[in-house]
Amino acid sequence: MAAVTLTNVVKRFGVLEVVHGANIDIADGEFVVFVGPSGCGKSTLLRMVAGLEDISGGEIAIGGKLVNDVEPADRGIAMVFQSYALYPHMTVEQNLSFGLRMNGNPKADTERRVSRAAEILRIDELMQRRPKQLSGGQRQRVAIGRAIVREPQVFLFDEPLSNLDAELRVQMRVEISRLHKELGTTMIYVTHDQTEAMTLADRIVVLKAGNVEQIGAPLDLYDDPVNRFVAGFIGSPKMNFLGAKVVETSNSAATIELVNHGGARLRKPLCESLPTVGAEVVLGVRPEHFCEKGEGDCDIAIKADVAEHLGSVSYVYANAGPEELIIEREASRQRASGDHFTVSIKAERCLLFDKAGARIR
Amino acid sequence: MSSLSRSRLGRGILLHLFLTPLALIWLFPLWMMVVFSTMPDNGIFSPGIELLPHDGFLDNFNNLQRDTNFVGAIGISVCVAVTYTVLSVLLTSMAGWALARYEFHGKGIVVAIILGTITLPYAVVLIPQFIMVARDFQLANTWIALIVPPLFNSLGVLFMRQAFSMMPAELFDAARVEGVKEWRIFLFVALPLARSMLAALAIILFLASWNNYLWPLLINSQPGAMTAPVALGTLIGLTKVSWGGIMAGAVMLTLPMLVVFVLLQRHFIAGIAAGAVK
Repeated sequence: MAAVTLTNVVKRFGVLEVVHGANIDIADGEFVVFVGPSGCGKSTLLRMVAGLEDISGGEIAIGGKLVNDVEPADRGIAMVFQSYALYPHMTVEQNLSFGLRMNGNPKADTERRVSRAAEILRIDELMQRRPKQLSGGQRQRVAIGRAIVREPQVFLFDEPLSNLDAELRVQMRVEISRLHKELGTTMIYVTHDQTEAMTLADRIVVLKAGNVEQIGAPLDLYDDPVNRFVAGFIGSPKMNFLGAKVVETSNSAATIELVNHGGARLRKPLCESLPTVGAEVVLGVRPEHFCEKGEGDCDIAIKADVAEHLGSVSYVYANAGPEELIIEREASRQRASGDHFTVSIKAERCLLFDKAGARIR
Repeated sequence: MSSLSRSRLGRGILLHLFLTPLALIWLFPLWMMVVFSTMPDNGIFSPGIELLPHDGFLDNFNNLQRDTNFVGAIGISVCVAVTYTVLSVLLTSMAGWALARYEFHGKGIVVAIILGTITLPYAVVLIPQFIMVARDFQLANTWIALIVPPLFNSLGVLFMRQAFSMMPAELFDAARVEGVKEWRIFLFVALPLARSMLAALAIILFLASWNNYLWPLLINSQPGAMTAPVALGTLIGLTKVSWGGIMAGAVMLTLPMLVVFVLLQRHFIAGIAAGAVK
């Protein structure tokens, strides 16, 4: 087990800089998830930790040892790839033991490690099969097994569940979580799926366009995002953003007017600097934080365009001017497409952002 | 019978009507080679065309063996072709691997030069190559001269480069993370995955060496050390040509290739198709 430290890590491909000075401290035994949209640099960052990409600037340390110029095999890491990367001409057993055999590991120790991995992942019966004879979930287990036999200090997962169907993804998510508890090893996991990030991580690193936007525990990011990007990225369905204008500030609060909802007003208490009167701001409300008419501090009238009924809850999609709103409703308060109804916003459950996307607290 | 089945049957018949004459045209010279190999020299040029084999193959072969030690020449050809194929497959696949999987300065120039050599006619290369091997290195009439100069096959390099480029990079990254050395990744991961392409390449290279006439004729024409095609060529004299013997030799030269092709055709077809479809 080992801590991983990234200090001002920069990656350039030619003149194009794709990671701009990432600073991340990962504690020993921690499960950290890098999350962000496609092209944000999360896989590049992981590959730099693995040593599969050279770093253009900064330092990476694993277990306190600088590894900038250390070969991947000598970093004490094991990696699970998105495509599983199983050797198709080898059996499961050969796949698991390949690295150890090639490095001259004693046969008895190799057999012990392979058996242990097979036992942990419950793949004992698949040992003589080839990858093409396995299902997607079984292949992913073998890929994880190949990482386990290395007995690494740090596990690296590069979108390992992306190729699985929804049901299997949930199942494997639980298995990876169980594996982390069982092994207690440091794990770094890359995904673009915020649900995976929320359910697996001890801490989440949110990335956007090569920048670390925020690092924190899943619920901290959900409750207290530093900017509009993080607020929109964490949470499913995503947060609603309503255009607004500051009409009055007084006594550590700002009164805002929702520009696309008939001038509805909301008084939002703030603890830091107040925005100027007349400033354009954005109000963020999560779909699950709308309440019934009159229960909140500001009512807005809605016409449902589409309603999705999922059983326990329904999601109502509504367009209000240029804004598309998603509203979660309890099953007992379902609405059909075309329904007109009113929802309410509680000032303490919504977030305020300035025009540039920074949080106004 | 449904209209769909009838339409498929009709298309099948049309296709066979078109392809059968083409197949016959292609097979006819081969069949005539077999027929001529069983006829005496004077019979081959008789006014009527014979379409069925006679019983003179052994006579023709005995004459061929007496004049050229053809069995010995075939032995030399087999040794040269096998050695050439093994070495060339190894060399071209290593070069293809390097060009497909490593980034280095001047890589584009190297690929351009290799591509450029394909456009050069063999006749342009032949004389300088002969002067270099025979005069500068003093290697005329040696096995090295027969095998080494044609070893680097630019088409083979590009063929293997393409094969390795199509393999997912994550496979090799996974091996690298596991600490597998580069040459072992090449040997134990890349080569087994490219076996269809390797089989196709091996057939092409073996065929090229087996049929090679001009270079062995120039560089190694001493009696008793000739390859089979060169030995066969000696039967064409100024005053007399032993066509029966030549045809018997041609049959003997064709048979091993047929066997090799039949044995490896599954891999060969897969290898060719692998290059066509991503």
